[in-house]
Amino acid sequence: MASVAQPAAQARRARRWEGLPYWLVLPTLAYLVIFFAWPTIQAFGLAFREDGVWTLDAFDTMVNDLRFKEALRVTLILIVVIIPLQFALAVAMALLVNAQLRARGLFLYVFLLPLAISDLAAGIVWSSIFTERGYLNTVLEKLGIIDTPYIWLDFQKESLLLFTIVVAEIWRSTALLMIILVAGLQGIPKEFNEAAGVFGAGFWQRLWHVTLPMLKPSIQVALLLRVILAFEVFATVIAIAGEGTTTLAAEAYRWENTNQDENVAAAYASLILVLSLVSAGIILRFLRTRKEQLLR
Amino acid sequence: MADHDDGNPLWDASIDRRELLKRGAVAGGALAAAGVLPRHAFGALPGAAGNVTFYSNQLAQVAESEAFRKTLLQGFDGKVDAIFAASDAEFDTRVRTEARANKGTVDVLGALHGNYTTLEDKNYLLDLSDIAKDFTTGKYAIAKNLMTLGKLGTNKQYYMPWMQATYLMAANKKVLPLLPKGAKINRLTYGQLNQWAKNIEAKNGKRLGFPASSSGLVHRFFQGFLVPAFSGGVVTTFKTPQAAAGWTWMKAAWSHTHPQSLTYGFMQDPLLSEEVLLAFDHVARLKNALELRANDFVVFPAPTGPKGLAYMPVLAGLAIPKTASNIPGAKALIRHLLSRSTQAKTLSSVGFYPVVAGRLSKRVSSGLRAEANAVKIQQTSAKALPSLLPIGLGGEGGNFNNVYRNAFTRIVIKGEPTTAVLADEAANLQAIMDKTGAPCWKPDPPSNGACKVK
Repeated sequence: MASVAQPAAQARRARRWEGLPYWLVLPTLAYLVIFFAWPTIQAFGLAFREDGVWTLDAFDTMVNDLRFKEALRVTLILIVVIIPLQFALAVAMALLVNAQLRARGLFLYVFLLPLAISDLAAGIVWSSIFTERGYLNTVLEKLGIIDTPYIWLDFQKESLLLFTIVVAEIWRSTALLMIILVAGLQGIPKEFNEAAGVFGAGFWQRLWHVTLPMLKPSIQVALLLRVILAFEVFATVIAIAGEGTTTLAAEAYRWENTNQDENVAAAYASLILVLSLVSAGIILRFLRTRKEQLLR
Repeated sequence: MADHDDGNPLWDASIDRRELLKRGAVAGGALAAAGVLPRHAFGALPGAAGNVTFYSNQLAQVAESEAFRKTLLQGFDGKVDAIFAASDAEFDTRVRTEARANKGTVDVLGALHGNYTTLEDKNYLLDLSDIAKDFTTGKYAIAKNLMTLGKLGTNKQYYMPWMQATYLMAANKKVLPLLPKGAKINRLTYGQLNQWAKNIEAKNGKRLGFPASSSGLVHRFFQGFLVPAFSGGVVTTFKTPQAAAGWTWMKAAWSHTHPQSLTYGFMQDPLLSEEVLLAFDHVARLKNALELRANDFVVFPAPTGPKGLAYMPVLAGLAIPKTASNIPGAKALIRHLLSRSTQAKTLSSVGFYPVVAGRLSKRVSSGLRAEANAVKIQQTSAKALPSLLPIGLGGEGGNFNNVYRNAFTRIVIKGEPTTAVLADEAANLQAIMDKTGAPCWKPDPPSNGACKVK
């Protein structure tokens, strides 16, 4: 008798455990729906509806605004300039941390410090460095490199202004890429590099033909995160450049806060979302990792 | 200190306690009726003020809100829940919703004159004549013109004047010798200011400063100073040749202006670092520089243009909505905020000027006294042309500011032709006026219906 009942009970228990993962996912799912999906839908609603009527007025205002083109242009320039630089730096930093050096722990903590600072605070720090009576000019003057303070944050010299933003952004967010790449590097078995070394591959050859290809999944994640965050950059820009230049997210903020027009702000937010989705799609498509490349 | 132990060291006469008690008793008549007797004086009215909800669109910056809670409520015997609206739109929405629902949680409102005039139904506010009559004479008197503004054109006192502010110019003393010949600092013309900035540039570089970042208030310079000083109006004269001349002045002045001006929010900081040697800003945003290094700076009125010394007065008032749940407590809070000691603390902690009479004592920092003096000269100048903050725009206030800021960006920064830009932006301005139906406000002549750009 018992021998008949047992498999049934076992099956029941097994079925219960089958359902468990879904229950465990539920809180996350609820969180995402309440705090991401629903606000996203609401933002689209705000962008396309005004006073209960479907309309493209908000987009019309956005596109015809004095600063729209500049915001779009600067956002794209920042992405194109910052991300490759950051990647090169992040790979170097990750290799340094991963190399069996004595002070590797110290390197890791120093590199990670900027991550702990909010982007607005970072912006303010860099603005106090670049401002006319700031730290940079003081140091340059002390060293005798310049006689009178140089004005770095001059709205008439756009490339210089963008340069200061690039420096601040690289300082602030390269560590994010580095930490993902370090995790990826640690997943690569030593044998591959050693084998390549045995066959006479130098450092650059090993980096190019072994390490980077094996890092591809990590690079994909890092790139995805970084590009999405780059579309949202604004606190650093506002703190350093003020009204001297602008980005899409800064404009969304300005329309919401200064101009108090939530519809146009939502239109900007929708545009940022669409651009992020498109670039995420492109990254996923072109950095696809084939199954056989995956390390198991 | 014995004669100042009532926590009121900032006025130049010590306070007669008996007189205060007497006044407190008279003033507290209404409260007495409600069973709430003044225990001490204006500064610390009833122990039983209970829970009072204060809702304000002023002092909304974090540091100011903190000063309100920690310093300005000191001595008030009741529990105040102070809520600060992040924007005019938020403030308007809540006040309007509570009025429509005929039910609310707010007991005391703190807002600008313009916010009160925008209310659809003034009868939503309680008549405060009983409080007003205690502030008509002596050291507690509030200037009659301010009280009249609080009546909103009726014979009822809809709000009590609370605190005032304006905008001024400040300069580092080392550029005083560079003033153009014959120029008097308290009676500068726009031409002389430009020449001064030019002289400074020749010696020290571009050192004129405007708060032109997104958190700066440079749009108030255009609305309350530049455009009215040249054209005599704000909206109606927006695209006149006189206004265009004002923008031409701005273009000239901008060529002597520090290029980092687009990053400045509060001019006190670049004044202190000496990046800027001559600046325009709100009194509360110059305060730190004047307090920290009073001897290094001078403050003086805005320049005079062809149509006069246009300046923007800022008057905030306190009101009680009819839906308030604790009216005696609300009245007690208003009396507390208008007490001489709290008024003096308002100046020293948030930089807004008292509305009650009485000279400031030497205990107020010399920088703040210098500011007060400049405010007075500006207000009482024979050529003074008060240019009010926008009235009746509600949630469109941001877009209104944007018109002036866009005109500035296009004409001055990007160098587009003035007349064409003014024509473009005039259309935007008119659309805002039509949408809100806001009638003209001073210095524009009164209008029937929405204000029209000529």
